[in-house]
Amino acid sequence: MKTVEMRTPLRTDLLKELEAGDKLLLSGEVYTARDAAHKRLVALIQEGKELPFELEGSVIYYVGPAPARPGQVMNSAGPTTSYRMDPYTPILMENGMKACIGKGPRSQEVRDAMVEHGAVYLAAIGGAAAGIASAVKAAEIVAYEDLGPEAIRRLTVERMPLFVVNDTAGNDAYESGVARWGRS
Amino acid sequence: MREIDVSEVTKAVRDLCISANIYLGDDLKQSLKSARESEESPLGREILDVIIDNYRIAEEKQMPTCQDTGVAVVFLEIGQDVHLVGGDLDEAVNEGVRQGYKEGYLRKSMVSDPVFDRKNTGDNTPAVVHTRIVPGENIRVLVAPKGGGSENMSEIRMLTAAHGIEGIKNFVIERVREAGANPCPPIVVGVGIGGCFEKAALLAKESLMRPLGQPSEDPRFAAVEKELVEKCNDLGIGPAGFGGRTTVLAVHIKTFPCHIASMPVAVNIQCHACRHGEKKI
Repeated sequence: MKTVEMRTPLRTDLLKELEAGDKLLLSGEVYTARDAAHKRLVALIQEGKELPFELEGSVIYYVGPAPARPGQVMNSAGPTTSYRMDPYTPILMENGMKACIGKGPRSQEVRDAMVEHGAVYLAAIGGAAAGIASAVKAAEIVAYEDLGPEAIRRLTVERMPLFVVNDTAGNDAYESGVARWGRS
Repeated sequence: MREIDVSEVTKAVRDLCISANIYLGDDLKQSLKSARESEESPLGREILDVIIDNYRIAEEKQMPTCQDTGVAVVFLEIGQDVHLVGGDLDEAVNEGVRQGYKEGYLRKSMVSDPVFDRKNTGDNTPAVVHTRIVPGENIRVLVAPKGGGSENMSEIRMLTAAHGIEGIKNFVIERVREAGANPCPPIVVGVGIGGCFEKAALLAKESLMRPLGQPSEDPRFAAVEKELVEKCNDLGIGPAGFGGRTTVLAVHIKTFPCHIASMPVAVNIQCHACRHGEKKI
């Protein structure tokens, strides 16, 4: 396990350095999207329309933050469970998304898409939401304000602490963790 | 007969929504610290450190420990000698949720219709309210915000007598295994056994309110709880699912008599932010 620092936009040739289980400190821009926003993004792709942000090299963070207090950049903002986004993820990777951030395992289809398109799946620590917020330096809504906590926000992050779950070679840190520590 | 204005219930619900989301119980904090001491995986220890740091940051900065501030699950135990005045009780509870989630800067996670519209109600109402009438002239208000990620990992099965205790144990272990990294381990596992379909689910939820790790009063079930903690931890899922010895912090079993034909079992999965707070009026 090593610690790597990267800045967005991400590129496959750099992502190939990452191995499942590595720690990644990510800086740059990440876009927030949950179930409802994913449904809309994929509908736009299928209709051949323009997306509200550049997908090439992008990172999507599965999060619906708590509302910020006056003067606060970001309130608690931990990851939501990722499998709900599985049906939408391969098409986003096909169109240039290079990483997504969430928690919990992904479907085989998503894992295959990562290998095919040179993308990775990263985990933030679920429930460590107040701590994660301190890595967010700026936030603004870029689309779907009507979705409230599910709106798409552009977050500027500085050394956001993440763990590599699935690398571009198809390894899975959850599987290797259970294999190493399981006794049944 | 004691008159209580429902605005007191509103105030209690408001305050508890905010405090339960910011402050974790001492029992939970202690349990996380013990897990940190005994965890063998270096990465597991690092993650438990992050989780422990997180609740300190939340308290210091008055932020919710988790952005998913949940469905507001409210338990009301109302003394039978109480006369409620000043309005509708259900509305008073919802007003408390409305105020708490707005003034506490908590996330609003409720959608109006579960299937078609799924439009956010904007104030985290309605609450899910469980009311019981008990002897006395007080009201006990308990608020337990419940996150969606761990709730989604819960399950109920209508087992029968032939499944026995082994069938129950296998169900619980299988559920924890399948939940894996999804519900933010280390988790608390609430198990409701008996009653009927909806009673088993409620028992499972209620068991999560017990002080963490306090064993069942029935020594037979206390032994099962202990065994299940060991077997679930042997799954190796570990903190945040990256492998380790700490997958569950506790298993709580709550039972109720049941029909001769049935043995309903509900498993309510709770993330490490096992949040609840209560107040007596």
